[in-house]
Amino acid sequence: MALYQALIELADDHLVLGQRLSEWCGHAPILEEDLALSNFALDVIGTARSLYAYAAEVEGKGRSEDDLAYLRSEREYLNCLLVERPNVDFAHTMLRQFYFASLMEPFWQAAVNSDDKVIAGIAGKAVKEMAYHIRHAGEWIVRLGDGTEESGARMRAAIVALHPYWEEMFTPCECDALPDRAALRSGWEANVKAVFAEAGLEWPEPVYGHVGGRKGEHSEVLGRMLSDMQYLQRAHPGATW
Amino acid sequence: MSNETPLWEVFIRPRNGLAHKHVGSLHAADEALALSAARDVYTRREEGTSIWAVRSDAIVASDPARAGQNFDPAEDKIYRHPTFYDIPEDVGHM
Repeated sequence: MALYQALIELADDHLVLGQRLSEWCGHAPILEEDLALSNFALDVIGTARSLYAYAAEVEGKGRSEDDLAYLRSEREYLNCLLVERPNVDFAHTMLRQFYFASLMEPFWQAAVNSDDKVIAGIAGKAVKEMAYHIRHAGEWIVRLGDGTEESGARMRAAIVALHPYWEEMFTPCECDALPDRAALRSGWEANVKAVFAEAGLEWPEPVYGHVGGRKGEHSEVLGRMLSDMQYLQRAHPGATW
Repeated sequence: MSNETPLWEVFIRPRNGLAHKHVGSLHAADEALALSAARDVYTRREEGTSIWAVRSDAIVASDPARAGQNFDPAEDKIYRHPTFYDIPEDVGHM
């Protein structure tokens, strides 16, 4: 079951983040970014689908990707807390994306040559998407951090707000088929700090990091998000279109 | 309105060997964001293999009021079209 659990952790990270990004649809500051955020959302939801489908196959209990996405409760979701953090504003959203993609790009890179052909296939597609997310979100971090007084203040507020959440991403998963996230931490910190330096932003002092997502212990916001996301399948079980 | 985000014209090359073709415009603060936005707005359905973006204010346009003097003189010079030549069959489809 180690592989099943590891796949669910990863799939939940992607789906929850994709749902958060989808909330921007129609609300982004400009049309160009509205499409960019929808593109981000569709990338990660696409990856989530592949991971759920594979998890369902590994589990072997006849569940489908939709069952896993729509019919599990909050406590069964194993995503890290970072991805469920609310959008707040454009700065928070871009920073959250940058933190996530900066881990997932090297993660998938390390998985491209996995002996597990399904994982290698998912990785080959996702690695390019994550490289673009790093680039696009990174550009915004530089421009907001080094932009106007207002944009800089928002970026700094986002950094403070998300600082207790990034470390949990590196919680090791007990599964040999997937790359070790903990080993990617120093590279992640170096890359993030390089972009911060370019943006004139300071890396904050260490704070108490929140954990629990991998055990199904979430912040209040996830329940509300899931009730929105799962409403249709819960209210009309088996509905299709 | 100097604070307004600049407008960019976007050109996409659909395949190698074909020319970049104008597909539309967008707003972006600078070169990097213009390319990024062009990728996100105009290549979502595999439309392209290459993107050009150029500031709209860098384009010199002809004056519509002078369309008459610019283009009408070509109207009666049909001999400029290469339709009067006999093409040998061996050349095939041109």
